[in-house]
Amino acid sequence: MLCESCNKNPATVFVRRTVNGVTTEAHLCEECAKERSEWNIVVGPTLSFPDFSLGNLFASLLEQHPASAGVSIGGGMEPCSGCGLTYADFRQQGRLGCARCYTTFREPLQPLIRRLQGDVQHVGKVPRRHKGRARLRHNLDALRRRLKEAIAREAFEEAAQLRDQIKLAEDKLKEGQQ
Amino acid sequence: MLDPEQIFTRADSAWLNEGPDGDVVISTRIRLARNLADLPFPSRASDEELEQALVRLKSASEYLPEAKRYRLLEMGRLSPLEHQVLIEKHLVSREHVQNPKKRALVLRDDEAVSIMINEEDHERLQVLLPGLNLDQAWQLANRLDDSLERRLEYAFDDELGFLTCCPTNLGSGLRASVMLHLPALVLSKQANQVLGTLAQFGLVIRGLYGEGTQALGNFFQVSNQLTLNRSEEDLIHNLHALTSQVIDQERAARGRLYEELGDRLPDMVWRAYGILTNARLLSGGEAMQLLSNVRLGVNLNLLPPIKLAKLNRLLVITQPGFIQRVAGGSLQSSERDRKRASLVKEQLLTKNNHSEVE
Ligand SMILES: [Zn+2]
Ligand SMILES: [Zn+2]
Repeated sequence: MLCESCNKNPATVFVRRTVNGVTTEAHLCEECAKERSEWNIVVGPTLSFPDFSLGNLFASLLEQHPASAGVSIGGGMEPCSGCGLTYADFRQQGRLGCARCYTTFREPLQPLIRRLQGDVQHVGKVPRRHKGRARLRHNLDALRRRLKEAIAREAFEEAAQLRDQIKLAEDKLKEGQQ
Repeated sequence: MLDPEQIFTRADSAWLNEGPDGDVVISTRIRLARNLADLPFPSRASDEELEQALVRLKSASEYLPEAKRYRLLEMGRLSPLEHQVLIEKHLVSREHVQNPKKRALVLRDDEAVSIMINEEDHERLQVLLPGLNLDQAWQLANRLDDSLERRLEYAFDDELGFLTCCPTNLGSGLRASVMLHLPALVLSKQANQVLGTLAQFGLVIRGLYGEGTQALGNFFQVSNQLTLNRSEEDLIHNLHALTSQVIDQERAARGRLYEELGDRLPDMVWRAYGILTNARLLSGGEAMQLLSNVRLGVNLNLLPPIKLAKLNRLLVITQPGFIQRVAGGSLQSSERDRKRASLVKEQLLTKNNHSEVE
């Protein structure tokens, strides 16, 4: 609804005045309402603000996604073996179909998730069943850091030992995945 | 045990009470999204798979702490008006009732805990408390999540965290939000700027009824946008810190309002009170805005003291679904406006705080 006075801005204020027993009402924009301080505000200004929704944000990210440059990404990809979703379905709906979709479409999804969420490393709560794995992962990260340091200060013997430990930890982590 | 009739005819959910910082914050919500590892997400699941998810979640919920306080409602057995009341009480989403088949809600007797089954994700656990109560809401949600997880295998990935149907919920699956009443920031035209700043800090701002709804009555929902790469505690503390700033700004703006508006301020809130206690027809939008003005007047001690809990309840009582369900069936819009006017008048003019509307 447009302001009844200027017919330009959206009406956000509802005002009323009574003169000699005759009541007049009007829907006005804030500027026009201000100019008529003799009117009484019945309904104060309501705020309109750009409608921000995560859904919209996500849709626009999907559009900018590299795949829109051609059919290359996802075009030659098999549908998800868990739920039958194709990558084209995902691009259209913005929704995944099952947990396995995240493995099936991992490659094209990674940059998208990165843009959406900033980075791709969960640091929150871990289900009990995964807690052992989370600890392994944590250890692995620490070992890799130590390896870097060892190489930096040219402690090659220590680095070799660390490499062995890292290999072991990686194998253990892989086992768990099966 | 929860009498289902009361869910639809009484506005006494826990979140409607007056909570901490209740002059600005109506309620606090924590929501966790979870999926079962071995079933397709609801949008890709067959009826049989939806049934499996429903059965598993239902039986896991039977082992929740204080399990006797919960009741399962099947969306398929409820009327469209009852769906609408659940939406108006913030207990389910619009999407959850669009296709009610195999969709359900597990609800605690005080309506502070609700679990949507087979919404976009298999499980959406929600804790909804009055006032600014983020820590307590998170602790409760965390405890209930632990309990459910003991009996369910959730879809989880080391890097992506909890796997959700939409990538905007990945990681913690956590959406924390607060419902704010910011009339003074709106009246003094600072709201856009204050809320714009929040957006820069990774928060999302919406109206009273979620995405795509207008900020009717100066009520705003503020929640975290990102869900991955941050611990639940970080997400919550970030929201808490920024919300505290907005509360300070709103209170400061309230303090300056009389200077800015002069006599128009008491006039505005008394007029709102006058209309609400005398009108014979009241539309939903008008009721919401007038209730906002009355709430401001009460908080500034310009109006006689009315319990904030009563004003909170009126937010639900004046919703179209609730009015019609209490009346026993669908009503023409003019009839609804008449009913709304009489309900509001009755509530504002009764001294006690009982909330039964029948
Ligand atoms: Zn105008
Ligand atoms: Zn899939």
